[in-house]
Amino acid sequence: MTDIKEKRPVTTTRPTTRKPRRHPHPIWYAVAGAVLVVALTYVLPPFRNYQLATVGAYFTVTAGLTVLTGLNGQLSLGHGALMATGAYSFALAQNKWLNMPLSIVAALITTTLAGVVIGLAAARLRGPYLAGLTLAVAVVVPSVTSTFDETLGSDMGLSIALDPPPGVLPMEQWQAWLCWGGALVTTFLLAMLVRGRFGRDLRAVRDDETAARLAGVNVARTQVLAFVVSAACAGLAGALFAFLAQSVSPGAFPLTLSLFLVMAIVIGGLGRLAGALCGALLLVLLPALAQTAGERSGSQHLEGNLALVIFGLVLVVVMLAAPGGLASIRFSTISRRKR
Amino acid sequence: MDRFIYLTFDGLSRGAVYAAFALALVLIWRAARIVNFAQGAMAVAAVYVAYSVTEKTGSYWLGFAAALVFGLLLGIAVEKAVMRFVDHSSPLNGVVVALGLVLVVQGVLGIVYGNEFRPVETPFARDAFQIGGIAVLSRYDVFVFAAVGAVVVALTVLFTRTSVGLRMRAAAFAPDVSRLLGVPVGGMLTLGWALAAAVGSLAGMLVVPTELGLNPNAMDVLFVSAFTAAVVGGLDSPIGAVTGGLVVGLLLSYVSGYLGATVAPMAVLALLVVVLLGRPGGLFSSSKARLA
Amino acid sequence: MKRTTAVFLAVLLFAGACDGSSTSSSSGGTTPGVTDTEIVLGTHMPLTGPAAAGYSKIAPATKAYFDFVNAGGGINGRKITYKVKDDAYNPATTQQVVRELVLQDKVFAIMGGLGTPTHSGVLDFLKTNKVPDLFVASGSRSWNQPDKYPGTFGFNPDYTVEGKILGTYVKENLAGKKACFLGQDDDFGQDSLAGIEKILGAVVAKQTYVTSNPNVGPQMGALKSAGCEVVLLATIPGFTALSIGTAAKIGFKPQFVVSNVGSDPATVGKALGAAAPLLEGVVSANYLPLNTDDTSPWIQLFKKVNDQYNAGAEFDNNVVYGMSAAYLLVQSLQAAGKDLTRDGITAAVKKNGFQGPGLVPLRFSDKDHSGYGGEQLTKVQGGKAVFFGQAYTTDDGDGAVQPFTGQPVTPPQNGIPAA
Repeated sequence: MTDIKEKRPVTTTRPTTRKPRRHPHPIWYAVAGAVLVVALTYVLPPFRNYQLATVGAYFTVTAGLTVLTGLNGQLSLGHGALMATGAYSFALAQNKWLNMPLSIVAALITTTLAGVVIGLAAARLRGPYLAGLTLAVAVVVPSVTSTFDETLGSDMGLSIALDPPPGVLPMEQWQAWLCWGGALVTTFLLAMLVRGRFGRDLRAVRDDETAARLAGVNVARTQVLAFVVSAACAGLAGALFAFLAQSVSPGAFPLTLSLFLVMAIVIGGLGRLAGALCGALLLVLLPALAQTAGERSGSQHLEGNLALVIFGLVLVVVMLAAPGGLASIRFSTISRRKR
Repeated sequence: MDRFIYLTFDGLSRGAVYAAFALALVLIWRAARIVNFAQGAMAVAAVYVAYSVTEKTGSYWLGFAAALVFGLLLGIAVEKAVMRFVDHSSPLNGVVVALGLVLVVQGVLGIVYGNEFRPVETPFARDAFQIGGIAVLSRYDVFVFAAVGAVVVALTVLFTRTSVGLRMRAAAFAPDVSRLLGVPVGGMLTLGWALAAAVGSLAGMLVVPTELGLNPNAMDVLFVSAFTAAVVGGLDSPIGAVTGGLVVGLLLSYVSGYLGATVAPMAVLALLVVVLLGRPGGLFSSSKARLA
Repeated sequence: MKRTTAVFLAVLLFAGACDGSSTSSSSGGTTPGVTDTEIVLGTHMPLTGPAAAGYSKIAPATKAYFDFVNAGGGINGRKITYKVKDDAYNPATTQQVVRELVLQDKVFAIMGGLGTPTHSGVLDFLKTNKVPDLFVASGSRSWNQPDKYPGTFGFNPDYTVEGKILGTYVKENLAGKKACFLGQDDDFGQDSLAGIEKILGAVVAKQTYVTSNPNVGPQMGALKSAGCEVVLLATIPGFTALSIGTAAKIGFKPQFVVSNVGSDPATVGKALGAAAPLLEGVVSANYLPLNTDDTSPWIQLFKKVNDQYNAGAEFDNNVVYGMSAAYLLVQSLQAAGKDLTRDGITAAVKKNGFQGPGLVPLRFSDKDHSGYGGEQLTKVQGGKAVFFGQAYTTDDGDGAVQPFTGQPVTPPQNGIPAA
């Protein structure tokens, strides 16, 4: 629950002399991802395309969150609320101008501003106190939408006007393209960002604030920036979710969403984009699989509850078996982990 | 003025149960440096045990005792069977395991008892005494205050007057050094979990009868309020937890009464911002909390 | 790199796995979800989470009635398969499960999707995919938009209709008393208040609550100090109990008049526990037979079905609700005829003329997609709700509240509506 101080062991099994060119440039990952997604959307049935799109939207937010929490050590339990901010901005802009790119920009602007405000407060706070503040942010969504129900539509939320997909493209395929477009651009930018000086600053602040300060890093500014970057990702994800659902309501951004996002990045592997991807996949697949398993039990009484138990058990078991997250599991060698 | 007095007492009686649950969070924080997100679900499980025992025996107090004992045992079980094996190199691992436990506990309770709301009896009447036509406190509220007060006193004595309390804090703050000095760190952790779970169960027993009824999610909302209370007061301080609980209770009551229930969560957020910007470690933090 | 590759491989595997599973379900004729022997229907309900209490009993009851019909030979030789998906009352999950039902399971129609915020979010999707969206389980007025959502039909009387009827009771029987209102802070509370104020004019005091704060002490305190003598509640069952309990706690004893949504004496009484006698004399309204009315032939039928096909689940008004909706659906399927299509069933519903367990007629027509158009008042006596007076019908506008004089019908001999 405190901020993450110890460096994650996941990247350190190789000698510490960094050879940045050992990994392919992030652009190749992005291109490969884009090709893969487009290919997949042609073979998958519509519902799977929709799920794929949902994974993309989740990936957008988990990628930003893992940079904030994994690389900079700031915990946020309020990213669900930031997503709601993005989703509502998108909805309002879309209903006013019916112009997708413009609406997405609107979502990005408002969440960036929200990110600045929360980030400024967050930079002063540590560990559970930061968790407490962001938790309060997460639960404020329904209250805000009810207070401004003329514009935000209270519990009912808003439905969103959308242009039909271009040409003869099926809706679900279009959704998958857009969501993954957003996800891949986001993760590419994040990957570029954390490769450079900003990434080093992030890690330096996480590992030892005093040392970072001595080394000339502006700690507060780094923390606020990290928060803003990850808030913008959450805003884009929120817009993508609003686009997927063609509607937005406070019930879609409950506290459990914020908690599940944190769960996803930790289970996936904290501080790594591959981990964020694993986490996003799990957020979509695990409840669905647990639900199916629950249905197989054949008992109506058990159904939903059994799914909960399975879901929970998987979380606990994975966390105990692979403390570094799924992305840290190596297939060839067993990782040597030191406390 | 009548209205103000009424809202004050309403807020205090709500605040007392927030305080009780916040104390459980403080206890586990002091003992293990972790915020136990499963605390609410564990407490609900204990209240279900009390419910079953009371139903079988017809005695509220047997159920009450059973809940506390079950809480203790559940705390021990969770620590020994699960939390002990969590890799604490990242504190978030413990949080995720706790969230997983929440789902497991709620699912199991749903399977065993169903998702229906069940009424929980109170040992004392909830009809409030009237003073000059204003409803103030009920016997039950007085019982809640007494129970919370007893827990505060017991915890304060434990942590400031006994060597066990000192060892617990030492084990949490500096496990390695403590181990060298002969403190049974593992045992202290287990003890901390057991006590925290028992206090959490007590809080559950106190709060569930005043709300919508017993169901697997009965403590979800309370957890948020109590966590807020603990953060406002400072997670290291039992007195802070009580103060935080009462402040949050009063704030919710005044805001709901004067401005409307809808804006209450925003008021809580505002309170947190104001308090934490002034004192980043909560009201009762020591000055070092800033860098903890 | 290895790990990234592994992740992508996992995605591919996942894709392959789903491809296999989806091909099997799409056999049959041109109408999705209909074969010569089967009709597939789907719904979304909260089976877990805070909203599951009570509501989670509706879908099993609906399913039980379908099983009863299937055992009797089905409809035109087709048996009904009812797929129930848990959405935990989270609109985002509703999106997911409804798409799964429509795109993956290829259901013929959505039947009895529950909840206003949850179901509102899938209206556009269902419309785009031309899926009939029958008998939504909520009293929102949103389901009645025939021009915008031609396939969506309600079931419950909307909250405004109910508010007008409850308001009429207060106006006629409690005239001159100070009437006040406590409601949920969403469309339920707002529509209800709108209906009440259409009849009574402005209430003396109005308060709202939010489900995330289970304490109505401040609100009841305010109503008490405003000197309210009648309190109209637009509350869900848990908050009805909380409101009545809190009022008693502070020595506030007004006449409570409660929306049907939160008035089931069994549910509320259970939540009140030892304080259940406080419910005596509480006035409410209903549009379906009451679960405790053993003389009603409908209740006798539903009890029989409940024992045989619902494992004897506790027989409350949620069970009656689930079975009544199922009965109406079977009537609609019968009316749509042997050659079942999606257009066919919406046409049949619009044609209306259904007579079933409901105490008042359904309003369905070309121009109206709202469900029952009225209610009859009930009062709690001896721990049970009983009907009194006569049923009323009205609309959600400025129409008058009129007594309904039609005669109730009895169910067919075999319990299954004929074509």
